[in-house]
Amino acid sequence: MANNNNGHKEKNLVVIQLSGGNDYLNTLVPYQDGQYYDFRPNMGLKGEDLIPIDDRIAFNSHMGTFKNLFDEDKMAVMMGIGYPEPNRSHFRSMDIWHTAEPSTTSAVGWLGKANSLLDPEGKNPITTVNFGRGLPRALAMQGVSVASVGALETYGLYTGLSGASNRDAMLDTVSRIYQPMAEGGIPSRRILETGRGALDGADLLREAPGKYSSDVEYPEDNPIAQSLKGIAQVMSADLGTRIFYAAHGSFDTHTAELVNHALLWDQLSVAVSCFMDDLKQQGEAENTVIWMFSEFGRRIADNGAGTDHGSGGAAFVIGDSVNGGLYGDYPKLGLSDQLEGDVRFNTDFRHIYSTLLEDVLGVESEPVLKKKYSTLDLVRS
Amino acid sequence: MTTVSRKHEEVAVMAHLLRRAGFGATRDQIDKFIVKGYEETVEDLLNPVAGEPEDQDLMDRYFIASVEARSVGHADPQWSWRLATSDKPLEEKIALFWHSLLAVGGIKLDHGLEMLTEIDLFRRLGLGSFRTILFEISRNPGMMYWLDNQNSHKGAPNENYGRELLELFSMGIDDMGEGAYSEDDVKAAARAFTGWASKPTPPPFLLGPFPMEFNFDESDHDNDDKLFLGETGNFDGKDIIDIIVKKRATARFIAMRLYLFFVSDDPNDEEIERLTDIFQETDGDIRTILRSLFNSDHFKSESVRFKKVKSPAELVFGAARLTDRFDIPDMDSSTLANQSMFMGQHLLNPPGVEGWHEGEEWVDSGSLIERINFAASEVGRVDSVGIRRMIELVELAGDDLQPAEFVEACLDAMGSIDLGSDSKAVLVDHATQNGPDPSDSSGGADRTVEMFQLIVSTPDFQYC
Repeated sequence: MANNNNGHKEKNLVVIQLSGGNDYLNTLVPYQDGQYYDFRPNMGLKGEDLIPIDDRIAFNSHMGTFKNLFDEDKMAVMMGIGYPEPNRSHFRSMDIWHTAEPSTTSAVGWLGKANSLLDPEGKNPITTVNFGRGLPRALAMQGVSVASVGALETYGLYTGLSGASNRDAMLDTVSRIYQPMAEGGIPSRRILETGRGALDGADLLREAPGKYSSDVEYPEDNPIAQSLKGIAQVMSADLGTRIFYAAHGSFDTHTAELVNHALLWDQLSVAVSCFMDDLKQQGEAENTVIWMFSEFGRRIADNGAGTDHGSGGAAFVIGDSVNGGLYGDYPKLGLSDQLEGDVRFNTDFRHIYSTLLEDVLGVESEPVLKKKYSTLDLVRS
Repeated sequence: MTTVSRKHEEVAVMAHLLRRAGFGATRDQIDKFIVKGYEETVEDLLNPVAGEPEDQDLMDRYFIASVEARSVGHADPQWSWRLATSDKPLEEKIALFWHSLLAVGGIKLDHGLEMLTEIDLFRRLGLGSFRTILFEISRNPGMMYWLDNQNSHKGAPNENYGRELLELFSMGIDDMGEGAYSEDDVKAAARAFTGWASKPTPPPFLLGPFPMEFNFDESDHDNDDKLFLGETGNFDGKDIIDIIVKKRATARFIAMRLYLFFVSDDPNDEEIERLTDIFQETDGDIRTILRSLFNSDHFKSESVRFKKVKSPAELVFGAARLTDRFDIPDMDSSTLANQSMFMGQHLLNPPGVEGWHEGEEWVDSGSLIERINFAASEVGRVDSVGIRRMIELVELAGDDLQPAEFVEACLDAMGSIDLGSDSKAVLVDHATQNGPDPSDSSGGADRTVEMFQLIVSTPDFQYC
């Protein structure tokens, strides 16, 4: 891996967004704390539903892969992560994580801004690749192009059209249209160049699966596994992509939490296990860092069948070059320690962002976060 | 001008008007409007019949969750249906205009019902007096909450609303190179709006959202004299708006925004000054300004045609309307709002108080792929009434069309649109090399649809 002239390390960042508000207390379970079981008479996990990692905390038993990664010191667990004055709206809280602006609203995403620093002239339209439809605000910034891909094999123009029997000829014609033209036509140079970049980027991405080979078999019926497979394919094609984004959910477990929360972590556990194996095969294991977060944790007390929106949560940094272990403090559950029925945060998420920006992407964090947040010693060069 | 080219120009100008004052029109609709006449059509557009549309009840029954909508996601099927089907297109267009100019972010408000209430406010008042629009939006509970006027108190004013009112809603931060107002004016405006806030009312059903209403708290209002833009008095919010609306900076700011939204991404100083004068003469009557704008030689001239990048909403609803397929408010129409979101315009959820950055910034490489794929699939709906009619119009243009004539016939059938000569030449080439397919059982319809799909893929089609 390269060092840029700021001396920062340069790696790929893979973001896995746990959408809907992952229940912190049933992810990292304080299984020796009686208060946990008092507040969770219906949702409290015990016995074989737990994988203890020390004498205070256990992982949910559906997080098998993560227990292995933790034991191998490849997973940093951020306990009690959050931001001041928590907002319990999905919409608003996700927006805060996306823009790194807890007190004002902003249209610029933290990774959109990072992309503009990685590629100031916008030369590579696939510096960032998002798996999913529509752009998460984390990736948004005027002038920054991001490819949003459903599936690589069908990415690009006209792939979903029924009856486009003459598709190759159509693509050829479109490609001829998006060329620099004489001044004075309808489209501006900028729009023509954008189109050129879009078509080139689509060609590159669509070809990625053909260049990829791997023994890893990602399960077909597991959407996050398929997204991670796509990410591995793009990574192996070496297209200069640095930021990858995928979402998994919904973790909004107001009801039927025990069943759904377990299913979501089962899927994620298998998906990340495949992905880590694949990274090794592709020679990208040392070069890649995964960041998993959710917009908020959930209430300490259960509601009988699930849990409602809360604040404070857990987040994870994973990779071969990550200094694994527990970070932060496990928040106290006692009534006097609660914040309106939720755990209090103790680590501002922007410290992790500054670490990911500087030690993974190799860009200055201050222009993105508007302030210097101290970094953590999470990632080895 | 020959009779033929005069007729062609008449069609082109009418199509231009309908793209700008609405979401475009089918070829047959254009002919009907031509019979009515240009200025009469402008009057019809400017004077939509007031009141609740007949199909409101139908929509409420189909989109049950959108009634008293909780979130933006619940609310947007309502606006999607209107944008796809309304026969009062300028009413929807002006709502889009104010939605981006007097922007309330759904992300903080997170209240579908209030967002729809606001769009209704823009429909009702958007073509009327700017003074009334500003006054009503300043009493709008969603706006008061969004810009923190709830937290603005006598003795401790919150400056957010006062500042944005001046900077983004009326005068602009920079008027012809000079500051139009000072920081002291912002503070005075904030003091005048203390006590203007909102309160929740009981929800209409169990667990429903709390509708909000305006609430003036006299005891929290600053009743001391304020010095604002050179005038002194015990002003309240209404007085502040009265003063703002009289200023030429305000007239110029709104004239500029109307020009950019309805005429061209490239401002024309002379025309904007002319519209500024009309604003001042009419005390900011939007209808009079737009009447003069649409009827001007400048607007009708070829120099401003296809000079505005379509917003996602214009692109989505313009293409969808060509199919003429929306009989009932079902999922099909409600998903159109998602398409607009994929292209970067999440209706009812502008990214911030500045609204959306319009013009060329709409198009990036990700959104361009969405735009082309969506429009190509819409004009490929060969089972819809609208697309069948477009194919028929191309057939009626003649049996033995030369490639160039064929491309022109397709452009005309799509609502008399046009392309620059470079793009057109490539499409003529395509038609030459991909002539009628002997194995084609569609009687040529496949090649016609293919040409429609190529036309909507051009960079030129991104403009209206």
